[in-house]
Amino acid sequence: MPGITREEVAHLARLSRLELQAEELDHFAEQLDVIIGAVARVSEVAGADVPPTSHPLPLTNVMRADEVRPSLTPEQALSGAPAAEEQRFRVPQILGED
Amino acid sequence: MTDLIKHTAAQTAAAIAAGTVSAVEVAQAHLDRIDAVDKKVNAFLHVDTEGALAAARAVDAKRAKGEELGPLAGVPLALKDVFTTKGVPTTCGSKILEGWIPPYDATLTTRLKDAGVVILGKTNMDEFAMGSSTENSAYGTTGNPWDLSRIPGGSGGGSAAALAAYQAPLAIGTDTGGSIRQPGAVTGTVGVKPTYGSVSRYGLIAFSSSLDQGGPCARTVLDAALLHEAIAGHDPLDSTSIDAPVPAVVAAAKLRDVRGMRIGVVKEFAGEGYQAGVMQRFNESVELLRELGAEVVEVSCPSFTLALPAYYLIAPSEASSNLARFDAMRYGLRVGDDGSASAEQVTALTREAGFGPEVKRRIILGTYALSSGYYDAYYGSAQKVRTLISRDFDQAFADVDVLVSPTTPTTAFPIGERADDPMAMYLADLCTIPSNLAGNAAMSLPCGLAPEDNLPVGLQIIAPAMADDRLYRVGGAVEAALNDKWGHPLLEEAPAL
Repeated sequence: MPGITREEVAHLARLSRLELQAEELDHFAEQLDVIIGAVARVSEVAGADVPPTSHPLPLTNVMRADEVRPSLTPEQALSGAPAAEEQRFRVPQILGED
Repeated sequence: MTDLIKHTAAQTAAAIAAGTVSAVEVAQAHLDRIDAVDKKVNAFLHVDTEGALAAARAVDAKRAKGEELGPLAGVPLALKDVFTTKGVPTTCGSKILEGWIPPYDATLTTRLKDAGVVILGKTNMDEFAMGSSTENSAYGTTGNPWDLSRIPGGSGGGSAAALAAYQAPLAIGTDTGGSIRQPGAVTGTVGVKPTYGSVSRYGLIAFSSSLDQGGPCARTVLDAALLHEAIAGHDPLDSTSIDAPVPAVVAAAKLRDVRGMRIGVVKEFAGEGYQAGVMQRFNESVELLRELGAEVVEVSCPSFTLALPAYYLIAPSEASSNLARFDAMRYGLRVGDDGSASAEQVTALTREAGFGPEVKRRIILGTYALSSGYYDAYYGSAQKVRTLISRDFDQAFADVDVLVSPTTPTTAFPIGERADDPMAMYLADLCTIPSNLAGNAAMSLPCGLAPEDNLPVGLQIIAPAMADDRLYRVGGAVEAALNDKWGHPLLEEAPAL
């Protein structure tokens, strides 16, 4: 299994929305290479005949009756927002100006 | 008043019910203790003095009116800062949630309040519960009351330290890979990871949803059982909550009889990397179980050696998805919103500023393990290993009632020793992780001090899912026998703070 490069870490950081600093990239690339080297052996042991387990419980959809129940007020829901306006979350621009 | 802080939860609740002490006096004694020692220990991120005293007054008022009190009414508790508390700050040990005041209570918080438990405050933890030392907290590390220069374990180091420092007789932790049991082991306290799905995760800030499980921390097995029964049970607000009766753990804790039980010693949890004094105390515990009338056999679970690698693929993968919610839009920190930056840029700048190194490492690792081209080799293979581990457990539990092992390979290590060496840090969870992957129940309880460093050693007991009562049956018997042998609980040997 190949190791991980600084460029790959930079790409993963972009995907993860982490604006990493240059020195963090160097440091993480080195550490992640060691970690990935240590965990890679999982791929050597589990054969195609072993089914994957994603969860300890057999999961099924849990439904409830469609009833009106008490919930947060708009003020409560917005109470932790970095910015709010007219009972809405105020966010930075999502689309470009042009 | 110093006596009040040494009492067990069971004793305290009985005294309050009998009227020999008021809940307010008990709360005040613990708040005073926190005031006196927490500058050294740093177990608490937030102490809710007003809320605690109000809850205590409510218990006293209820008693004055002749109303029946629950088994833990008026008992103080330290709550890990990973559970939401309405009106009380909840940070998860992270700068990204600094100053956040949740508008709702976790189900576990509600249950504690309904039981009349007095929540003293929120305890320190590794950021987003990622770590084994509490050094990854954004708010400074916590000292181990046995030796303040050593780690108290993690991620729930604050909760365990609060117990060992007599700041609270009860605490709550969460265990994703050992974060209740490992802090319990290194602080000489009791910690239980209940069966996955038995304690609601509603309001538990998610790290790895298929592994996270809240559970009780205490100084005695019986106290842990009382707390276990108060917090466990079906919750319609958590779709992974098990809709079945909670095993009778309090009755099991009182049984103190292991005669006729079959106990398996996990062969794979020994050898290189295991401290001699840890193995010595563990082997003595196994011998003790034999003397108490249990039948002890050796059991092999070969796939357990792959649990650590599988965990460090599965947990970061789930974390990378769960932590995407910290986007600087709806709550928490926002950085770089200067009017020209896009939402995407603000999110990236905020996450860079708000997350610490371990959280970033795990988000990147998880994103890698889930990315196309690597998914099958990493995440997919780890899920298969998870199946193999469950099969090993199934096979073992077909033969024995419980499994035992050391909880951790070593005693508490010095603060700073493994702080920038992730792989060394991850090894602290070697023995605890298999139970998280399989979703079964496990306990750590003190079994002595390692002769070479005089630090606590934990005995781990593992039971099948929904057989949590077996943990308490074995744990209660071992605790009683050891206290008899020592003449006092182990924690009495901790140096005064």
